[in-house]
Amino acid sequence: MFPASRYSSKAHRCIRALQTVQVEHAAPQLYATLNTRRTCSSVSTPRITTHYTVHSRDKDSRWEGVEMERFADEADVVIVGGGPAGLSAAIRLKQLANEHEKELRVCLVEKASQIGAHTLSGACLEPSALTELIPDWKERGAPLNTPVTEDVFSILTEKHRIPVPILPGLPMVNHGNYIVRLGNFVRWLGEQAEELGVELYPGYAAAEVLFHEDGSVKGIATNDVGISKDGSPKDVFERGMELHAKVTLFGEGCHGHLAKQLYKQFNLRENCEPQTYAIGLKEVWAIDEKKWRPGRTEHSVGWPLNRHTYGGSFLYHLNEGEPLVALGFVVGLDYSNPYLSPFREFQRWKHHPFVAATLEGGTRIAYGARALNEGGFQSIPKLTFPGGLLIGCSPGFMNVPKIKGTHTAMKSGMLAAEAVFPKITAESLDSETTGLHAPEYAETLKNSWVWKELHAVRNIRPSFHNYFGLYGGMAYTGVFYWIFRGKEPWTLKHCGLDANQLKPAKDCTPIEYPKPDGKLSFDLLSSVALSGTNHEGDQPPHLTLKDDSVPVSRNLSIYDGPEQRFCPAGVYEYVPLETGEGMRLQINAQNCVHCKTCDIKDPSQNINWVVPEGGGGPAYNGM
Amino acid sequence: MSGRVLVGVKRVIDYAVKIRVKPDNSGVVTDGVKHSMNPFCEIAVEEAVKLKEKKFIKEVVAVSCGPQQAQETIRTALAMGADRGIHVEVTGKDYDTLGPLQVSKIFAALAKKEDAQLLILGKQAIDDDCNQTGQMTAALLDWPQGTFASEVSLEGDKIKVVREIDGGLETIKINTPAVLTADLRLNTPRYATLVCLLILKPADLGVDITSRLEVLRVDEPPQRLAGVTVETVDDLVAKLKESGTI
Repeated sequence: MFPASRYSSKAHRCIRALQTVQVEHAAPQLYATLNTRRTCSSVSTPRITTHYTVHSRDKDSRWEGVEMERFADEADVVIVGGGPAGLSAAIRLKQLANEHEKELRVCLVEKASQIGAHTLSGACLEPSALTELIPDWKERGAPLNTPVTEDVFSILTEKHRIPVPILPGLPMVNHGNYIVRLGNFVRWLGEQAEELGVELYPGYAAAEVLFHEDGSVKGIATNDVGISKDGSPKDVFERGMELHAKVTLFGEGCHGHLAKQLYKQFNLRENCEPQTYAIGLKEVWAIDEKKWRPGRTEHSVGWPLNRHTYGGSFLYHLNEGEPLVALGFVVGLDYSNPYLSPFREFQRWKHHPFVAATLEGGTRIAYGARALNEGGFQSIPKLTFPGGLLIGCSPGFMNVPKIKGTHTAMKSGMLAAEAVFPKITAESLDSETTGLHAPEYAETLKNSWVWKELHAVRNIRPSFHNYFGLYGGMAYTGVFYWIFRGKEPWTLKHCGLDANQLKPAKDCTPIEYPKPDGKLSFDLLSSVALSGTNHEGDQPPHLTLKDDSVPVSRNLSIYDGPEQRFCPAGVYEYVPLETGEGMRLQINAQNCVHCKTCDIKDPSQNINWVVPEGGGGPAYNGM
Repeated sequence: MSGRVLVGVKRVIDYAVKIRVKPDNSGVVTDGVKHSMNPFCEIAVEEAVKLKEKKFIKEVVAVSCGPQQAQETIRTALAMGADRGIHVEVTGKDYDTLGPLQVSKIFAALAKKEDAQLLILGKQAIDDDCNQTGQMTAALLDWPQGTFASEVSLEGDKIKVVREIDGGLETIKINTPAVLTADLRLNTPRYATLVCLLILKPADLGVDITSRLEVLRVDEPPQRLAGVTVETVDDLVAKLKESGTI
């Protein structure tokens, strides 16, 4: 709401830097490679994590006598997350309720302050699921204003470009698709949902899963408010609220924090491969009208990444009045060099002559980042459990070579609604557990086009793990997908957890990144300011560490602190200790853009991202 | 005394968002941009709710002027503890030209209609930084004003206000009814929790959509004529006689 300190994140950093300068006379540098290994041995680690998920409030004397009872409310269905999956599920439930003339209370909670504010995607939308859900979407004013007119694919080298023909049948053909600003599309979906009577509650984050006595899911509780940075209650402290439901749908998007708990609780990942991810960074530019080609999509692979690092770029020309382009860079999080910085690769890529030609004379108007799923078919977990189910990018239905996950996310939400509806409106509750179990959802999903689509492309991403890297992968795609349509009888495996892929810093070469020029490429902090992200300053950092000493003792000493480089918002910084001996990790939680990359890529798996006070986070507008 | 307090709340672009000027330079981009309640208005609402909790007043009414989305801001005020909301619908061209003078006329009219004992506003809005509405409303109503309040206490039918001024702090005592404008240090606003929001569902909000009470145009004052310099007092007297002033 109204934080005590009104400084921008940039100013805050300056102030902190000034404080340490007094002792050290050396400004902390974000990308410094430390040649002298400083270890924090005898000095005790300063306390970083104060969140109650790590330090319980039960034994904390500051919480004695504080009223911890929560109000509760009942709904038929509670949906966590107001993205394409969650909203499609909500809309489908209400459609079914109206069809069958039944009353249904559907509540949706969303951590962003408004629906769409945390949505970030390229994006090229395949309208298949939308047409199934809302056939008259055009008449209703869905913001699908830019049909794709041109499709360009390139392999980039440092100065040149090798065009690759997009033959019909290849996964990246975009004919019939629309370039959308997904945030605006999600906002429109929210309006459709509200019209149908769905109760939307943006600004309230689901912080806790609630369980019945028999272990089934009872619902969720929203975040507590008014806890100060050191973990003690403030005057304005108020407990969150409980929302109970017959069944809860979890649509938190890629690497949701409640889903992480549910995987452990119900052992949902025992028969699938670990999920593998990528980070996507995106900017929106207003370019020179002469360079604007509305409907044009460009994708590239190659430079500046080497052939062993999966990733590539996109650049889409929107057609919404202004000459806008949405562009971005994706880097697979299974990269091995801890000196790699996805943000700086992105900034560097923009200087390539082919890209710079479009951007020259333009202005950057938005920035953001988000992790995305790359595991596909092999990484889909068990989707249902007593009292709930997983929808959308949370379990992960993204078609990786197409880089499209919205249509499958929406379809999964719709199928979830269809599976759950008969159960909650049944005359007699036919369930072993108090929370309803709907395994039919997984069945219908397996028989749908989502499954067929993901099955056909399942081997493309893992095919990159060979000596030839990118080129081996492209060759594999050409042969087995384009010719054989993914019907080969084998299923390739991924290489394990992304967090385990980093090599020690001593075995890798630091990467020399060019300085940002302020016209095409920019520094991290001005980019973060453009995302509009902010959080109430006086709250426990929501990037919690299981063990406060691990960052310096392990991440910094073995991997040279990769979190300084993979975080697209400058949250993690290693700064010298005030005493002068050694370093400490500083977490600038206010900068966080909720991308989840740190939780995924931390080599020690020590960082646990939990949801901050609702309403905080980026303020994306049509990203 | 009705024991009713009116609180003005304004929906503004969130303070953390980077403002972007429209390509045609006609204004700033507001479509889809994150908006929230003006921080000083939050403090005003908090103060009103605190006064109600201390039983000095009986009812808190939140008022906002603007298009449909202004209702979100009123809902937030209700979730913080206000009892009722009034939405004065102002849209389109009228909204573009809506400024402190028009808003103060609306508030003055409402204050009379609602028989308000107190009108609390934020000291200024973070989008236009005008710092005028409170003062203008007090002038229109001929009510005393306690602006830049950092402490408010009710003593009988008078109000003691500690004001933040350039030189330090000024304590004044004013009669009611009065207009107060909230400064930063008046209080720390509470959160608008889901509990409050759910308990006050749309049907029970009691939001009054008053059609525009008066939307007034501000006409430019008549062109000021150029002055004439005179040499002697006799010339001055002659000129004044000429213009008919004396």
